[in-house]
Amino acid sequence: MQTTQANRVQFIVLFIALIAAFLVNLGMGSVSIPLDEIISVFIGNGASKETWRYIIMDYRLPKAVTAMLAGGGLAVSGLLMQTLFRNPLAGPFVLGLSSGASLGVAILILGAGAFGGFFGTILMSQWSLVIASALGSFLVLLAVLAVTFRIKDTMAILIIGLMFGSVTTAVVSVLSYFSNAEQLQQYIFWSFGSLGNQSWEGVSILTLCFLAGLGLSVFSSKSLNGLLLGENYAKSMGLHIKRTTFIIILATSILAGSITAFVGPIAFVGLAVPHLVRQFYKTSNHFVLLPAVLLCGSLLMLVCDTVAQLPFSEFTLPINAITSLIGAPVVIWLLVRKRKLFF
Amino acid sequence: MVSEEKNIILEVRNLSVGYWKKGNDSVVAEAINFSIEKGELVGLVGANGIGKSTLLRTLTGMQDALNGAIFLKGKNLNEYSSFQLATQLSVVLTEAPASKNLSVLEMVSLGRQPYTNWIGSLSEEDKKAIQFALEATETATLAHRKCFELSDGQMQRVAIARALAQDTPIIILDEPTTHLDIYHRAYILKLLKKLASETQKTILFSTHEIDLAIQLTDKMLVMAKNETYFDDPCKLIEAGRFDTLFPKETIDFDGKTGRFTIRK
Repeated sequence: MQTTQANRVQFIVLFIALIAAFLVNLGMGSVSIPLDEIISVFIGNGASKETWRYIIMDYRLPKAVTAMLAGGGLAVSGLLMQTLFRNPLAGPFVLGLSSGASLGVAILILGAGAFGGFFGTILMSQWSLVIASALGSFLVLLAVLAVTFRIKDTMAILIIGLMFGSVTTAVVSVLSYFSNAEQLQQYIFWSFGSLGNQSWEGVSILTLCFLAGLGLSVFSSKSLNGLLLGENYAKSMGLHIKRTTFIIILATSILAGSITAFVGPIAFVGLAVPHLVRQFYKTSNHFVLLPAVLLCGSLLMLVCDTVAQLPFSEFTLPINAITSLIGAPVVIWLLVRKRKLFF
Repeated sequence: MVSEEKNIILEVRNLSVGYWKKGNDSVVAEAINFSIEKGELVGLVGANGIGKSTLLRTLTGMQDALNGAIFLKGKNLNEYSSFQLATQLSVVLTEAPASKNLSVLEMVSLGRQPYTNWIGSLSEEDKKAIQFALEATETATLAHRKCFELSDGQMQRVAIARALAQDTPIIILDEPTTHLDIYHRAYILKLLKKLASETQKTILFSTHEIDLAIQLTDKMLVMAKNETYFDDPCKLIEAGRFDTLFPKETIDFDGKTGRFTIRK
């Protein structure tokens, strides 16, 4: 594979853009805080107002970090899935992980009505949402992994993942049908996705999961390069297909599962970012694509979150809608311009 | 083993190939015996569906033999790990690479995977092997083109270059001349001939170009309905092995010219 020399410019631009987006993101919100105050807080000098320091350190900073982790992680898992299934339509959610998470949350929120009263209110804490969606995606993950052990054909795994997704979506529909308006609204709010309201404790758990998933991805990069030739060629070069498939699916599940658990199902990023990156990087080498996709995903998510804040207003739009609203036209424009979907 | 003296690199004894179906084996071809020496170019011919691909898949370790044994450098094929095998045997398959977005250089470089470290970085030796593969197949000028920009003939040369870069004593090709025009068919087969004699690699390929194979190969493996013959092309003609390959009423083999003619 080629060296990364030729792509240095892209990396520098991407990195600068990411830092700029990070600072802008911290500066935007219902309270406007000047840039020099933000930098002052970071250096440790504190801000001229104590509330500003609090807003930055305990609300905006964890939100920005969550945005970067979520965007980068989803984009990386999208790259892994597209290469593993050799399918440009694959994304982190083709394995049914987000549907699993949705099911977990749906059972919690919509099912809580069944318990009612005191028990119902205990179930509704923020952590219980996270735990429910984590459990949901974890169960689907176990099912998918069990399938990968038995089945040789990766395309079959793809179909089975989609089937799991359909089943869980159907169960959620049935649950929604029988629940009242208030519960339904709460569920729908969760499904909008939210980057805010993360405690530092939550952010550190997310970071751990993120690092684990990323580590496995980097470890698989050479195998991913081999898989670009197809399974049979990869096998002829000494690659253990089953072991590789297992590790790649595990990495995706850890990334997408943990992110969905914390910020809700965020569509689009995982599917689109790898395609965006392929337009600008003239390589298929995963040792180049992986960091590029990671940076680009983080950048996209930060920008989307900044827009979602509706600068200078008190409203916050659902992040899930913004990613698609901003991202989809960009991808359509790129594809129409280049007339070719690279994979 | 005695194979050291005669330089036999691939030996097949009483091999049966086919598929397992719930305990019952469905045999595609059986009683296959041959041994190939170092630096030989061997053509595998036979009618469609006779089991050429199944045999090649078995020889490359992609599927298990039903019976009999395959010896590679005197050691049973089963005793090779997939990693060891990757340094002994490379393949050119009928399928195109899954990602058409690979550049030619990237694709050929991937052939070095069995030798690179976990980051896949290329050493001087790797780069030399890649350069050699590109030059030998006359694809060096294509190095920075993407696979989707190549013609079928160029793609096939690149696929061969990738196998060359893997630098194995044996290369096995499954129908390398399909979809090519007459010039490229001859070009590819001459290229294989040149590689076998110059690099002393053993090259086994399946093909439907029987007349071209008769002219170029050192040995031929003819898969007929119930038997498989292995010998020099001339001796195979003398023994009339090509006569029964296809139904007589449609196509006829002319032993003098080494060609098939259509019965009018």
